[in-house]
Amino acid sequence: MNNREIETPILGIENVSKRFVKSLDLAGKIAQKLGANVREEIVHAVDGVSIEIQDGEVVGLVGESGCGKSTLGRVVAGVHEASDGKVLFRGRDVATLEGIEAREAALKIQMIFQDPMSSLNPRLRVQDIIGEAPVVHKVVDPSEIEDYVAQTMTRVGLDPSYARRYPHQFSGGQRQRIGVARALAVQPDFLVCDESVAALDVSIQAQVLNLFMKLREDLNLTYLFISHDLGVVEHLSDRVVIMYLGRVVEVAPTEVLFKEPNHPYTKALLAEVPRLDTRARRFAPIEGEIPSPIDPPSGCHFHPRCPNATSKCKEETPLLREISSNRYSACHLNDEY
Amino acid sequence: MESKPTLEVKDLCTYFFTKGGVAKAVDGISFSIEPGKVLGLVGESGSGKTVTGFSILGLVDQPGRVVGGEILYRGEDLNKVSSERMRELRGVNISMIFQDPMMTLNPVLRIDTQMIEAIRAHENISKKIARQRAREALGQVGIASPDERLRAYPHQFSGGMRQRVAIAIALLNKPDLIVADEPTTALDVTIQGQILYEVQKLCSQTGTALIWITHDLSVVAGLADQICVMYAGKIVESGEVNAVLDNPMHPYTHGLITSVPSRNKRGVPLAQIPGMAPSLLNLPKGCAFAPRCKWSNSKCHEPPDITLAGSDRRLLCHNPIEYENNNDSRGSV
Repeated sequence: MNNREIETPILGIENVSKRFVKSLDLAGKIAQKLGANVREEIVHAVDGVSIEIQDGEVVGLVGESGCGKSTLGRVVAGVHEASDGKVLFRGRDVATLEGIEAREAALKIQMIFQDPMSSLNPRLRVQDIIGEAPVVHKVVDPSEIEDYVAQTMTRVGLDPSYARRYPHQFSGGQRQRIGVARALAVQPDFLVCDESVAALDVSIQAQVLNLFMKLREDLNLTYLFISHDLGVVEHLSDRVVIMYLGRVVEVAPTEVLFKEPNHPYTKALLAEVPRLDTRARRFAPIEGEIPSPIDPPSGCHFHPRCPNATSKCKEETPLLREISSNRYSACHLNDEY
Repeated sequence: MESKPTLEVKDLCTYFFTKGGVAKAVDGISFSIEPGKVLGLVGESGSGKTVTGFSILGLVDQPGRVVGGEILYRGEDLNKVSSERMRELRGVNISMIFQDPMMTLNPVLRIDTQMIEAIRAHENISKKIARQRAREALGQVGIASPDERLRAYPHQFSGGMRQRVAIAIALLNKPDLIVADEPTTALDVTIQGQILYEVQKLCSQTGTALIWITHDLSVVAGLADQICVMYAGKIVESGEVNAVLDNPMHPYTHGLITSVPSRNKRGVPLAQIPGMAPSLLNLPKGCAFAPRCKWSNSKCHEPPDITLAGSDRRLLCHNPIEYENNNDSRGSV
């Protein structure tokens, strides 16, 4: 095991926030001038999140739709810019890098998307989808690109003789492999997988998950694995981060989290996961809906749905605190100890 | 508890006559479901589970056609009834919940308009009473402040709420049979929990029979009484849910169960079924699963017959996995 204290994490997310602002249109502006009660809508998709990821680690990022997990993944991959906070790659702030260094850092973090059909250009042949970036970024010489593409395709379990086909000629699982091959072609160190297996059938999902694990061993990759499927995350991750409405509510090593969840939201989430071993269940729902991120509840975001909420939860935002070694949770219930 | 089945499907065949040939989307499947019971119809994409649901409700469109078999709803063959009779049954006696609630809801009509319309299409009652019924139905699926919500448009609801409205509409006329096609697949686990709770309550309270179509074995494990596993248009294994999930006898069922991540040990590669589902236009001769099956042999080039394994257990396989003293006799093959 690596010594956490000494090594610089491969990726550091420091107090990152991402806000989306829906500005007023002309009619709205006029209405505002005339004194109507309209204002710009601000969505706090990600609200002050800090995570450190060590080299070779697989971190699962779990939450329900609208909790900001995809936005965070996109900030890490450089698709979105953070509104506040820093993303550190090997200790250096990505936003302040320039020129070649910035490009290097951007290449080293790659993203694999949920729906391979909408993330692959339908008009490009597979060899161009996989081969374009490495040529542009001079990872390989243009004269060797064919061999390089074949090699990458073999690595992800695709037959290199399919290189001249188009994405629509492949099945869902194969398309996802093309997405993986495209990400791998620029030789990244860090992969952000955003619901990368959610759209696949169970038997195909197992194949792709096994591929991720094999690649991790072969290439020493680090993953940020975003998923709403706790079963998948439990299987794959070393550490799990749980998000709720833009904030991290709990971070813990996978085994500990699934054995003894600390945060009431984590507990509720784990209780809802359907499992093969639970038969003839009596379902009992978590009360209420996920609140809108435009107008989140005060204090702890989870308090309207929390069975243990107190008056303090309504007023004060709980901080993410270390409750035992390597375990963090943001809940006022831990204050008593 | 009456034991007469609500729905009995016998040898149902639904084919699609495409330019590329005949796709046998559903090819001779049989099952039955009793009042108050939940039947889980499990399969991967393209296995024919949705077409089965559509066939029951008479919703198969060109170029598809139900070409054979019987769909007996309380003894009445839905294949032979007139379209008027089918319209009477649909929505009152049999209703369907679709995967995408936007398929059920009209985006330009308010919820109350749609719900009242659904009630008044089948019953001659005043708008006021119909509105009252709609309100109760919304309350039943756990929608807060139903009066306000009735006046809203579908886009004003979140995904989970919309699906609950769709379920409320399906429940409006207290049907005997609900066909639910992946209703919770697009939803978060906590919302899924809420919906499963409503559905379960409904089945036990009103004796509604439910066909739950899904690809997610773990949902079926908690919800269903009976399970049918489909592969390439055929039911390859069916039986009581505990029996099938604990001792899967068909290699495909076995493969499906072992490839679900949470059951395997962490970090260990998942057991995977090699290859992918065959095209329906170009099925392998004999058993459709044979090319992906690690136990296939020369016998598998012949189509297998349905065999009975236990009172309630049906199987479509030449080499079923056998269990002795809870040990798979070929466990380490």
